[in-house]
Amino acid sequence: MEVRILSRKFDIADAHLLEVAKQHGAYATLDKVFAMPPADVTDEVKNSGLRGRGGAGFPAGLKWSFLPKGVDKPVYLTVNSDESEPATFKDRYILTRDPHLLIEGIIICCYAIGCHDCYIYIRGEYTTQRKALQFAIDEAYAAGYLGEKVAGHDFKLDVTVHRGAGAYVCGEETALLESIEGRKGQPRSKPPFPAVAGLYGCPTIINNVQTIASLPFILANGAAAYKAYGTEKSPGTHLFGISGHVEKPGMYELPLGLPLLEVIEKMAGGVWRGRKLKAVIPGGSSTPVLTPEEAATATLDYESMAAHKTMFGSGGIVVLDETVDVVELTKNLIDFYHHESCGQCTPCREGLGWMLKIVKQLLRGEGTIADIELLRELCDNIEMKTVCVLSAACTMPVRSYLDKFRSEFVAYATDRPKPEQA
Amino acid sequence: MSDRSHLIFTGKPFQFDAERDAEFEYLVKRYPSRESMILPALWLTQEQEGWVPGEAIAYIADRIGTFASQVYEAATFYTMYNLHPVGRNHICICRTLSCWLRGKQEIVDYLANEIGIRPGEISEDGQFSLEEVECLGHCGTAPVVQINGEFHENMDVEKLKQLLSGLR
Repeated sequence: MEVRILSRKFDIADAHLLEVAKQHGAYATLDKVFAMPPADVTDEVKNSGLRGRGGAGFPAGLKWSFLPKGVDKPVYLTVNSDESEPATFKDRYILTRDPHLLIEGIIICCYAIGCHDCYIYIRGEYTTQRKALQFAIDEAYAAGYLGEKVAGHDFKLDVTVHRGAGAYVCGEETALLESIEGRKGQPRSKPPFPAVAGLYGCPTIINNVQTIASLPFILANGAAAYKAYGTEKSPGTHLFGISGHVEKPGMYELPLGLPLLEVIEKMAGGVWRGRKLKAVIPGGSSTPVLTPEEAATATLDYESMAAHKTMFGSGGIVVLDETVDVVELTKNLIDFYHHESCGQCTPCREGLGWMLKIVKQLLRGEGTIADIELLRELCDNIEMKTVCVLSAACTMPVRSYLDKFRSEFVAYATDRPKPEQA
Repeated sequence: MSDRSHLIFTGKPFQFDAERDAEFEYLVKRYPSRESMILPALWLTQEQEGWVPGEAIAYIADRIGTFASQVYEAATFYTMYNLHPVGRNHICICRTLSCWLRGKQEIVDYLANEIGIRPGEISEDGQFSLEEVECLGHCGTAPVVQINGEFHENMDVEKLKQLLSGLR
């Protein structure tokens, strides 16, 4: 099942070092790329059908083409390495095991969009990962792959790593820009979109680490070679992270379109300890949960997940076994999003706190059926009434738990411990 | 959102040491706006002191040429900036989804019972401080603990015992 495109060098000893990476083909596409007109590079990426790997799945080449033409302002690329969505742990493998793949992708993207200053926004918790990335960048500068003349071509490019400091919301692209500009990470209202007015008010492209790291293969082998993997609308490969109650949790690179349960079984060894499957979170904590019956027909691509009323998300699959208390799980999730709310919009700041209070009340055995209805109503009233989608990232999965596992919530509201037991 | 509005002042003046000073001057040239240095300068402060003392806020604002309120805003918003001193060994335990599913609570309970520190606390001898944090991006090797910035994966009570005895 596994395919090695992004992860080709992951198991090679010391492949994070320039010397070793070069022996295995790092930076080999650059001469070809610099011989192409920049617009052709963008077209190749468009034709590959590569979709943004940060979670939203927006076509990467199309995003680049939104940059206004003939504007007398610098164009910026910011690489989103905030990777903070619970259950997502793919980009850090690129940062530590093959950082030169990312840098090569950055060069390709910057050449295509005419950018000479790139900022990589890395989450503050990624301490060792940041050091590995900075080491690779320093190596790339020393070898002439970055700086005044990239790989000897008449193209200047500087890459700077900017550290976040513990705010999930900074993975939202405009909050990320605010954070680079030195402010708290509160998302901006759109439009204008970053492609028009982004970092320092200039045209800006924001792409995820994995998206950028996919570029060297596409440019080296052509769009058709990339499209040979995956499905028609979801081409290519993805780094899937499988975690939770499985025998072999871990990161696996797979073509898109494989059956979800088969992947869990064959790659991750199935549900651990011989237990039964209760549910699957398909693409990070913000994606609505799938019951075993739904999971049985789902495949790992954007279309199938949409057809199952959930999302492909970041490829972070979480397996829940039969022992999971869904109400406790819901509390864990709301707690996360409530804590990470930036506080800008009242429905999110206050609403998520209210939802948390209700779930805690249920867990204490002090809730009622009316509280469950209220929780459902709050989901509907918070969602899409805020500047960014952080609140929806909480209400969408919570609604799925309420609808698909209602009996567990009801049990907390009705089967109360008697006072003498409590 | 959590309440992080309180700064602690040491009564001593703050400034970057020579190493951080050089780093600041190098980094400031990488950005077209000096205000972009607010987060990096707070990191430099924390690397130097282990936390962000109140005096550093005005110092950073002066170095950058911005308002202290701008620096205060960032320092209080971003939860990784310690606004109070932490232990010589600062332990962060991931409390979110996958780590929760795979037993992070046993580790938190062990620390509470054996070392006597709960999340948000610092041990009496100042050796250890503990914080429960949100997803650390190591869900495939959960539960994960980060001590002084280093990740320790597939953690359990036995492994943690050994780790901590090596740190004492």
